[in-house]
Amino acid sequence: MKPKSKAYFKFIFIFVIILSTIVAKSMGNTYAALAQMHFKSFFVEMIIFLPLIFILIGLIDFWLPRSVVEPHIGKDSKIIGSFWIILLAMLQAGPLYGAFPVAAILWKKGASVRNIFIYLGAFSTLKIPMLTFETSFLGWKFSLLRTVITLPIFVLIALALEYFLKSSNFSVKEVKL
Amino acid sequence: MVFLIFLTTFSILISFFLNREKTYKGVLKGLKMLYGIFPDLILIIMAASVVLSLIPEQIIVDYLGQGSGIGAIATASLIGSVALIPGFIAFPLAAMLKDAGVSLNVLAVFLTTLMMVGVITFPVEMKFFGFKATLLRNSLSFVGAIIIGLLMGALL
Repeated sequence: MKPKSKAYFKFIFIFVIILSTIVAKSMGNTYAALAQMHFKSFFVEMIIFLPLIFILIGLIDFWLPRSVVEPHIGKDSKIIGSFWIILLAMLQAGPLYGAFPVAAILWKKGASVRNIFIYLGAFSTLKIPMLTFETSFLGWKFSLLRTVITLPIFVLIALALEYFLKSSNFSVKEVKL
Repeated sequence: MVFLIFLTTFSILISFFLNREKTYKGVLKGLKMLYGIFPDLILIIMAASVVLSLIPEQIIVDYLGQGSGIGAIATASLIGSVALIPGFIAFPLAAMLKDAGVSLNVLAVFLTTLMMVGVITFPVEMKFFGFKATLLRNSLSFVGAIIIGLLMGALL
């Protein structure tokens, strides 16, 4: 791992994309304008949403001790722990990459491997803001059926991951500088 | 979103009232973590915007509209896995596909892979969970999404 060269690579990559977009745009390419528009909406979402999530996570880290959280969602927690995790995930909003840091703090506070992946599964498929949106476009029958089918499947996926990762000391890293 | 803004502001105020130093440390720690993944996220949303603009909705409709067989399901699962399409584009697009006559299992596979599998976000996910877990989660989710799609098609 050479973090410095990796950072250079990223920087060059970002530069190339910006440059090619500018060139394409000056040549009157409509895709470039479209890409710029998409980037703007992604960026606005990211720049408002992520700092809030990360500040909350930072505060939780200092205020909520592991000894309080672990009995509820840790290794020895019952099915009710997974229920709380699913509820937490459903109440959230935003893109999946916003769920990774939350998973990291859950892990730090003692959540089990199973519950970490149940969290990711529920976050990606059952967020309430997303469900309401889905219902308005595809009908409540579609959303309800999808929810009913998806729930057991992501629980199964979480159980499978727990089994597969048992031997390889799995951890969720807190990404830091 | 409004709720999140309110919750964060409220938490900061309460925390500040209880313990200034802890609040300062907590906020700083959160922002440091954000800084750690920021370059990757910028890259990802750039890549996603370029991909999204190069593949206009009409092409997706054309590709998925062809029949409802294994080919359409395979295409739907691949597009869904690679694309990073936000919900406010994905669901109207799905409704459009439905009106264009795309079968429900293809639609469900497309939406579920879109939600659960993230090829573009793989590098960021790897930073948190490591290579093995990320690969396993995405592969299992891919299979799971196809099962969900097929069940949806059979039941609706």
